[in-house]
This record gives sequence, C-alpha cells and structure tokens, in this order.
Amino acid sequence: MSAVRVYVPGDSSAVAVGANRVAHALERLAREKKVEIEIVRNGSRGLYWLEPMVEVTTSEGRIAYGPVAPGDLAGLFEAGFLSGGQHALRLGRPEDIPFLKNQERLMFARCGITDPLSVEEYRAHGGFRGLAKALRMQPQEIVSEVTESGLRGRGGAGFPTGIKWKTVLETKAERKYIVCNADEGDSGTFADRMIMEGDPFLLIEGMTIAGIATGATKGFIYIRSEYPDAFRQMGRAIEIARNTGYLGPNVLGSGKAFDLETRLGAGAYICGEETSLLESLEGKRGVIRFKPPLPAIKGLFGQPTVINNLLSFASVPVIMDDGANFYKNYGTGRSRGTQPFQLAGNVKQGGLIEKAFGVTLKELIYDFGGGTLSGRPVRAVQVGGPLGAYLRADQLDIPMDYEAFAAVKAMLGHGGIVVFDDTVDMAQQARFAMEFCAVESCGKCTPCRIGSTRGVEVIDRIIADQDRAKNLRLLDDLCETMVDGSLCALGGLTPFPVQSAIRYFPEDFDKPSRKAAE
Amino acid sequence: MTTAGQGEAKAASHGTTSLWDAAEARQIMETYRGLDGALMPILHALQERFGYVDDAAVPDLADLLNLSRAEVHGVITFYHDFRRTPPARHALHLCRAEACQSVGARALEAHVKRKLGVDYHHQTPDGRWSLGAIYCLGNCACGPSALIDGETVGRLTPEKLDALMREAEAGRLEAAE
Ligand SMILES: Cc1cc2nc3c(=O)[nH]c(=O)nc-3n(C[C@H](O)[C@H](O)[C@H](O)COP(=O)(O)O)c2cc1C
Ligand code: SF4
Ligand code: FES
Repeated sequence: MSAVRVYVPGDSSAVAVGANRVAHALERLAREKKVEIEIVRNGSRGLYWLEPMVEVTTSEGRIAYGPVAPGDLAGLFEAGFLSGGQHALRLGRPEDIPFLKNQERLMFARCGITDPLSVEEYRAHGGFRGLAKALRMQPQEIVSEVTESGLRGRGGAGFPTGIKWKTVLETKAERKYIVCNADEGDSGTFADRMIMEGDPFLLIEGMTIAGIATGATKGFIYIRSEYPDAFRQMGRAIEIARNTGYLGPNVLGSGKAFDLETRLGAGAYICGEETSLLESLEGKRGVIRFKPPLPAIKGLFGQPTVINNLLSFASVPVIMDDGANFYKNYGTGRSRGTQPFQLAGNVKQGGLIEKAFGVTLKELIYDFGGGTLSGRPVRAVQVGGPLGAYLRADQLDIPMDYEAFAAVKAMLGHGGIVVFDDTVDMAQQARFAMEFCAVESCGKCTPCRIGSTRGVEVIDRIIADQDRAKNLRLLDDLCETMVDGSLCALGGLTPFPVQSAIRYFPEDFDKPSRKAAE
Repeated sequence: MTTAGQGEAKAASHGTTSLWDAAEARQIMETYRGLDGALMPILHALQERFGYVDDAAVPDLADLLNLSRAEVHGVITFYHDFRRTPPARHALHLCRAEACQSVGARALEAHVKRKLGVDYHHQTPDGRWSLGAIYCLGNCACGPSALIDGETVGRLTPEKLDALMREAEAGRLEAAE
C-alpha cells in the first residue's frame, strides 16, 4: 500500500491553535506504528472553529476530522481514521459541511485543497490558465476585460480596478511597478494571509497579469510583519515560480519580463494606506503623501504604479480564465463578483466565507456563523475594520454591498466582520477607536494626531459622568473636525465607529446616571 | 533577489540575540544595501540578528545609504517594530484589537498585567519578560491571540497563556516549526 496522504494545515491560525503539534505527534505515532503516511501542510479551508482540521485521502474522497488535539491521535489511529474510520471528531467530506457547501468559492477555489507550494497541483486545479490567456491578448484587451468584470478594489475604497490599470497602461515611463498591498491591518481580517500561506501562486499569477496588462516588469509585495509565515511562504513560492519559468525575464516563453520581490512592514497600521505604503517601500517613514499625483501616475520611486489590495489581484486570474461576463454574473448592484468575507470575534463558527455580494450580514452571522460563541445575544457588529461603523443587532438585514453600507454611514472595507455579544461596553469600544487612531496616526495632521488623544480624554470624562452633555457635544465637534481636517481615512473615518456607538448605543454612554436611577 | 530570511523580525525578540557587534552589523548592511528601499530590510535584518537596532548603527546607515542621520533615526522611531534597546529574554505581545476584545482580550490583559506587574512597553525588573501591545495577528477567528517569542498563539484563557509562558521559559514552546 502506498503512503496515505494526510493534510494538516500549515496556515498560521491553525498553527496558533496547535496544528504543528498535531503534525509532529502524527509523524511520531505513524513511525511507531510503522504506517506509511505523507503529511501535506495545506492552507486552511477557512473553517477555523474546526482547526486544526486534519484530512485524509480515502477511496470516498477526503475525510476530515477536527478540531484535533495531539491527545486525540491515538484514538484516531485506533478508529482507523487513515481509511476514514468512525470517530467522534469525524466531520465527513469537507465539501459537504454546510459552511463550505453554501459558499461560492472562485478566489478560494484551491486554498486548503492543494499543496500550496506545488506548481503541478496549482495547474491541475485551474491555475495559470488566466495568465496563459492574458499572454495571448493585447494589454488593452486585458484591461478592458478587468474593467468589464466590474471588479472593485478589495482594500476598502472599492475603486474600479480596471480604471486604475488603464491609467498606468496609458502613462508613458521607462519603468512601471506593480505593488501588492498585503498590509491587512484591519482587525477581523485574514483573507490576504490565507492566500499567501495557502495558495501563493494565485497572487503571483494575478500580479503577473497586472504587469503584462500595464507594461510593468517589476512588482513588490508589501507584507505586514505580523505575518512572518506568509512572508516566508511568498518568498518560497516566488523562488519556485522563477525556477519554473512563471517569473523572470521571459515569462512562459512570451518574451515578456516580470519579477517579484517581497518586503516586510514594521508594525504600522498606517502603512496599509497606499501612499504611506509606497513611502515605506522606498525606505522612509510611512507618512501619507498628498494626492494628486495619483500613484498610477507618480507612485513608487516616482514611477507609474498599480497598487492594489491582494484580493484584487487574486480576483483577476478567474476573470481572465472564465471571462468578465462569468464574473459579473455574481453580485448585486454595483458590487460585482464574490468577496471573501471574514467572520470573526464572538461567533460560534468563525472563518472565511466567499460569497457573491448581496448576501446579508444576518445570513453570514447566523446561517454560516451559528450566532455567538458565548451563546449570548448578538449586540453589536463592526464591519470593515477599526474605521468601520458599529451596527446594532436589529440592522443585520443589510446586504453586503458597497452602496448599501455607504447609505448607513458604514463600510464594507476589506470584508471583515467582528461580532460582539451583549456584554460589550460600547463606550469602551468608542474609546478604543480613538486610542487606536492616536497610536497609529502618521502625525501629519493635527486633528488626527492631537484630536484622537483629546477624544480619549473626552470619552473618559463621559464615562466618569463629568459634564456629560457638554462633553458629548465636545466629542461631536471633535469628530467633525477630524472628518473635515484629516488628509487620509485614519483621521477621517475614526469618527465613524465613535459616532455610531453613540448613536446606536446611547445607553452605554449614560451608565452612572442609569445606575443612580435604578 | 528576495529578502530571504527576514521573516523572523518578531521572532528575533528572544533567544537568538547577543551583544551588538558593529563589524557584523556593517556586514549585514552590506548584504542588503543593493535592494530597492534598502533601509527597511536592513533594519529588519539587524533586529533579527541582535534583537534591537543600536543607535551606533545610525551613522553607518546614513553613510551607506546617503541619508542624513536624522532621516535614519526618523525611520527607526516611526515604526512600532524597531527597538532601540536590547530585548528582555522573552517577549509577550497581546492582541488588543477588536475581534480579540470580543472574546475576552481585556480580561486577559488584566491578568497578564497583574501577573507580570508591568504595563505595556515595559519589561519585568528581572529582565525575563517584556509586555507589548499588538493590533491584530490575522488570527481573529481563533482569539484571543498573543505572540509569545514570535509565535502566534490563539484561543487563549489566562490558564492556557500561563502554561504557554512556562513552556517558553523552559525553552520548549512549540507552536510553529
Ligand atoms: C489607514 C488606512 C489603512 C489601510 N489599510 C489597508 C490595508 O491594510 N490593505 C489594503 O489593501 N488597503 C488598505 N487601505 C486602502 C489603501 O489605501 C488603498 O485604497 C488600496 O490599497 C487600493 O487597492 P484596491 O483598489 O485594490 O483596494 C488603507 C487605507 C487607509 C486610509
Ligand atoms: S489623517 Fe492621520 S494618519 Fe492620515 S495623514 Fe493625517 S495624521 Fe496621517
Ligand atoms: S484582532 Fe486579535 S488577531 Fe485579529
């Protein structure tokens, strides 16, 4: 009998809950029992409440077990799990688990299924077909296809990707750059990380297509330092792609050059903002640049630069392979295609849910997520990271759609959803929003740098019930000043979580007097 | 050329560090000086090797990269990651961001501060632990999260964190490879 293939995710979130310990124990036990196994460190399927989720290849396909602790392995062996045996942790075929079954995985079609560093497996699962097609097309045609697909930037602002690429294509320059924003600083988000760790060739393919489309021959991937595993994995994948002819002076024999380098951030949230990121890539302090000029015209080292979020690049191979029409058939209104939503925080079944835009927040939290982890009622939900508004439990019928969110002064951002139960203190959440802004401000504008620190003090006074009415007015003025007087969205959007907390949860800013009344 | 070997920036805050060696530091600078935007990769490499970036590196970096000392100093101090003093023997960074807050990060923070007797950005007087704040590790579906000697750990409770810290002290923390 040949070795049984066993999958133990190498995804860093799976590792954070013990996947390496499981892999090591499994190896040891198999050796003791003289069973031949081949352990593959796959990406995560994104069913994080089940991690570490171990899968074995059987005659009925892959069978999953989870969450597995090292101590479970002896029993699993006894149950014959290597051939899919019964056990309390047996989950059946992963693709039959409703959380996965009810998704529409285009971008995440391979993550968790393949060996992340195998070019052969990447190709066997549809990889590099988009690039092959792009290499047979004119740059204008590629850009039109991307525009036609309706793809909007997944980094937060939702700007049409094709239009950005068109500007770079039409700007004449000796050198042009492709930059991937993999700074993923928003709390509640991990989709960029999952792709880098679990399907790194997808990013390489997407960025290479961007290079071919715009005439750029060099790309950089800027990865936050909180993601050392993703950084290492991308480095390995780039090396492999170069050795197999997918990167380098002659991409797949096309005569076109494209190559990639990785760079590590250094723990600054603001470096996720594109101009700050470019400064950082140039080796400088990550201070925001004035716009214009747009990076598409004068970006990295003063050259025309496509800077996109990782998920924007990762959407492109499917668009090239299956066509703009296929892609734009998913979605709703002006939000086309699919988005990997990331369900996090106090939720029973947290993880990655790729769905067409238009699914409601309620469906994501209850149908996929199964409600709160604590079993208590949902009270507040923050969508779109630390600059996103808080929503109340009775607002969850909202469809996941850029315009629907903008209409209630909220934002989809990078698709992160953080759920809070009824023990949350929204005055503390508002205070944290201001504190975070103070910690991460690049320092260029006074309303952001100083205003946020003032904001913390004013909220502290409100919590302590000192001149409540006056301080609430002061906080409102402060928020308006930040919105109006900030150069970028850090200072400009921090008021949104603060003001939404006050608007939707006023009782949390009135604790002492409520106590007195009781 | 990729900046291989630079993924250890945070991991470098423990164990592998030793006294600042100006000659070796200059060698590291040479290795990476050819990269575009070389300053950040060099600073990461220095911190990976020594656990911090000594002020003595500033004039050398300025000369090498044709920058003013003020510019180099400005970069080192701008980024939260770069340390200018030697690290404690072990580093604990707690995730303070929202997803972790929703599953008990604040209680964990109170526990750790009581246990170590220090606030964020400080070391215990015996130099054993430093306590840092971090804002999201991308482990938000498995929180609360922390970084112990560069390893991300999740689904923490005070008891589980205590056990992991004991493992780190005994030199056998096994979260990542
Ligand atoms: C404070 C701040 C932080 C940001 N962080 C990120 C980030 O981590 N990742 C990202 O892709 N975009 C981030 N952005 C948005 C970028 O500035 C930019 O819009 C994006 O990289 C453009 O790519 P896209 O069009 O593909 O979305 C941030 C913006 C601001 C103001
Ligand atoms: S709003 Fe804040 S982070 Fe943005 S440019 Fe101004 S000071 Fe910098
Ligand atoms: S918020 Fe703590 S890991 Fe993301």
